[in-house]
Amino acid sequence: MSQQTAIPEDQQQNKQREKRRQVVADLAPLLPKECLLHTDEALAPYECDGLSLYQSTPLAIALPYTVEQAQQVVRYCHQRQIPIVPRGAGTGLSGGALPHEEGILLSLARLNAILNIDPQARTCRVQPGVRNLAISEAVRPFGLYYAPDPSSQIACSIGGNIAENAGGVHCLKYGLTVHNVLEVTILNAEGELVTLGSEALDSAGYDLLALIIGSEGLLGIVVEIVVKLLPTPQQAKVLLAAFHTVEEAGDAVGQIIAAGIIPGGIEMMDKLSIEATENFVHAGYPLDAAAILLCELDGIDTEINETTGRVNEVLLKAGAYQIRVSENDQQRELFWAGRKAAFPAVGRISPDYYCMDGTIPRKQLASVLNQISERAAHHQLRVANVFHAGDGNLHPLILFDANQPDDLDRAHQLGNDILELCIAAGGTITGEHGVGIEKLGGMCSQFNDLELTQYHAIKAAFDEHGILNPGKAVPTLHRCAEFGHMHVHNGELPFPDLPRF
Amino acid sequence: MANCPSLIYLDSKRMKNDFDNSEQMQAQINEAIASKHALVIRGGRSKDFLGRKVGCTHLNTSAHRGVTKYEPGELILTARSGTPLQEIKSLLAEQGQMLAFEPPSFGAKATLGGTIACGLSGPRRPYAGSARDFVLGTKIINGKGEILKFGGEVMKNVAGYDVSRLMTGAYGTLGLLLEISLKIMPSPEQEATLVFDYSAEQAIKYVNQLASQPLPLSAACHFNNKLYLRLSGLTVSVNAACQELGGEVLSDAESFWEKFREQQLEQFQTDKSFWRISVPPTTAPLPLSGNTIIDWGGGLRWLASDEAPQTVRNTAQKAGGHATLFKNHDGFGEVFQPLEPAIKQLHINLKRAFDPHDILNPGRMYLDI
Repeated sequence: MSQQTAIPEDQQQNKQREKRRQVVADLAPLLPKECLLHTDEALAPYECDGLSLYQSTPLAIALPYTVEQAQQVVRYCHQRQIPIVPRGAGTGLSGGALPHEEGILLSLARLNAILNIDPQARTCRVQPGVRNLAISEAVRPFGLYYAPDPSSQIACSIGGNIAENAGGVHCLKYGLTVHNVLEVTILNAEGELVTLGSEALDSAGYDLLALIIGSEGLLGIVVEIVVKLLPTPQQAKVLLAAFHTVEEAGDAVGQIIAAGIIPGGIEMMDKLSIEATENFVHAGYPLDAAAILLCELDGIDTEINETTGRVNEVLLKAGAYQIRVSENDQQRELFWAGRKAAFPAVGRISPDYYCMDGTIPRKQLASVLNQISERAAHHQLRVANVFHAGDGNLHPLILFDANQPDDLDRAHQLGNDILELCIAAGGTITGEHGVGIEKLGGMCSQFNDLELTQYHAIKAAFDEHGILNPGKAVPTLHRCAEFGHMHVHNGELPFPDLPRF
Repeated sequence: MANCPSLIYLDSKRMKNDFDNSEQMQAQINEAIASKHALVIRGGRSKDFLGRKVGCTHLNTSAHRGVTKYEPGELILTARSGTPLQEIKSLLAEQGQMLAFEPPSFGAKATLGGTIACGLSGPRRPYAGSARDFVLGTKIINGKGEILKFGGEVMKNVAGYDVSRLMTGAYGTLGLLLEISLKIMPSPEQEATLVFDYSAEQAIKYVNQLASQPLPLSAACHFNNKLYLRLSGLTVSVNAACQELGGEVLSDAESFWEKFREQQLEQFQTDKSFWRISVPPTTAPLPLSGNTIIDWGGGLRWLASDEAPQTVRNTAQKAGGHATLFKNHDGFGEVFQPLEPAIKQLHINLKRAFDPHDILNPGRMYLDI
């Protein structure tokens, strides 16, 4: 911005305050008083989601109790062409719910009713603010559960799960959100209710349900969902196998699958993750291992006994030097406790960490991990790796200290390097956390201009004026041109700001 | 070493027919745009009978064939759209793997492209997932003649909108499929089919009860007062389930399910309008005259009937589902359930976003997309 056209900061602030006053005055008649937040103190907690590296303050926050109230807000924003950022529980890790400075943050957290459970049809109708785990808890008396289990399942909302196409530990066998949702009702950009999918197993026309799931709130705002439920497995066992090398552990996963067994879950942790978690939760992980595998087998009793024996054999052949099998549910939970606590455990050994989410073809694992270590050494940072090994989804945790002058920048550069490595290995920049605001640069690497243009055309088909979560998920071509330029020439990507339009 | 296992399965003999015809097909699309002539996409012509009749300038995909990647340990296969479905099934069978959505072929020449474009899934669908559930990535040519790649060859991928799954069942109206990457599953070690003497009503109830229990169900169909239940999985699980459920064991089960899937059983032969009605699986038998075959554990009803189309569609809609005029129609009327106005508008908008010149199979699904 040149000196002549720059607006003085205080003038800008005044303008922003004036906009806020107007929006609040307009929204006040549409919502109960407590459903509209606009003071500095009230807005502060909503400045970021689970990715606190990015922060921004919206004009106002609407927290409706009903779909009708949400609809009023969207209709108003449609009339005035004000950006709307939908937000669930705010646990997302890619900044998808980062507020827009010129827009309204629409929290769906209060739409949190379980509307209907149909045990015969194995379905559950819920509002978007219902927590993922609350669904499984509600349907447990019927011997059923909702399969996708992102690690934040205790807090994350089903609406957010739809927006991100959330995964979890059991995806390889039971699928992602897209495989476990039958119907979604959205508020479209005009504020009209539209139902996609149905309680039948398919619908007439295009598969708009598949398109809306994982669209990060850019195509519609989810207000009601019907999820598919599965019968709870009779039993589950976990095998904990220790390996001297990461290669052996990676190959073991392929060999289990090649033996015709699809484990309920299969996770890998590297040395640094093992150390961090063992010191934290004392799950009994072997500290001398270069990598461990946690392999969960579920099904009926006779089946588990059989598969446990087979997997045990495969693991031994693959070079496991120690294998332990959970003897009861308590021990199984202890084995999992380490993996589930991996993120907070790493949080204990480092002031800050930055979680990546690339997916790679599993056979590339050893090579990608080696390259990650090289890049980490180059940037003088440490990386702990946890890995959804069955489906190739890698979560490198970059350890850094935001109080050190250039740590954050280096963490960012290393993050970008890792995403580039994932693309080069034939993978993707995000397996389950979404693009949000965080990986817009990576999108420029993974897709060419024609593909990005096609994405923008899809967006326009749903949201002509671009008011739904603008600036997320798909970068503008302009931004990519700029990103590519900077990336090639000095490799020092400054902390990206909101894209321009 | 570990980086090229695909070569083991794709030997030169097998690859002798492989050919990348994308450039020629792209040229044909560009020509069609220039001359404003719509194209009818064709593969093995096994599913010409599906959907509405359209145009007469054909774009043939059958030369564009070959499995470009198959990695059993990664559970991934990528093939060009003109690859015969049968070739893919045999390749997978050699490694003890399968397409878990059990697609019907409706003819020996069926291609993978046609299978995915029509989004057809067989009897295993309610328990294993549908065609779109197993699509991981696609390479397409859109109606502007642009070659685009979406999704990929990994199980989990949330970068960008899920265009690959949108392509599944879009009947080629949004893009010409060039390549498709699929998630593959191991074939079950053991299968058994049990037969029960149940009315349609009893069968629907019973099958839905079973589906709430941890049983290795893999198919459930009903006709002529007989319920056929297929169990698939480890030998121990299948045997245990057989013991628990009782019923009569069907001896030639494999051939039964193949004929059922391909609609070759006598019960499928009819001159009447033949409907595919998709409803919530617990829906009681529909109040429609004619002969009904139940598939998908109650979720799919095949109906041979003289009922007026409007009656069939209204009944399906009332039950929370939709009806497709599957066979025995002239191809000029509505084939698929008409869409609600807001949904229809989204279809029109998406068609414009992918195929602004109306080049790709216009009218195959609905008159105006």
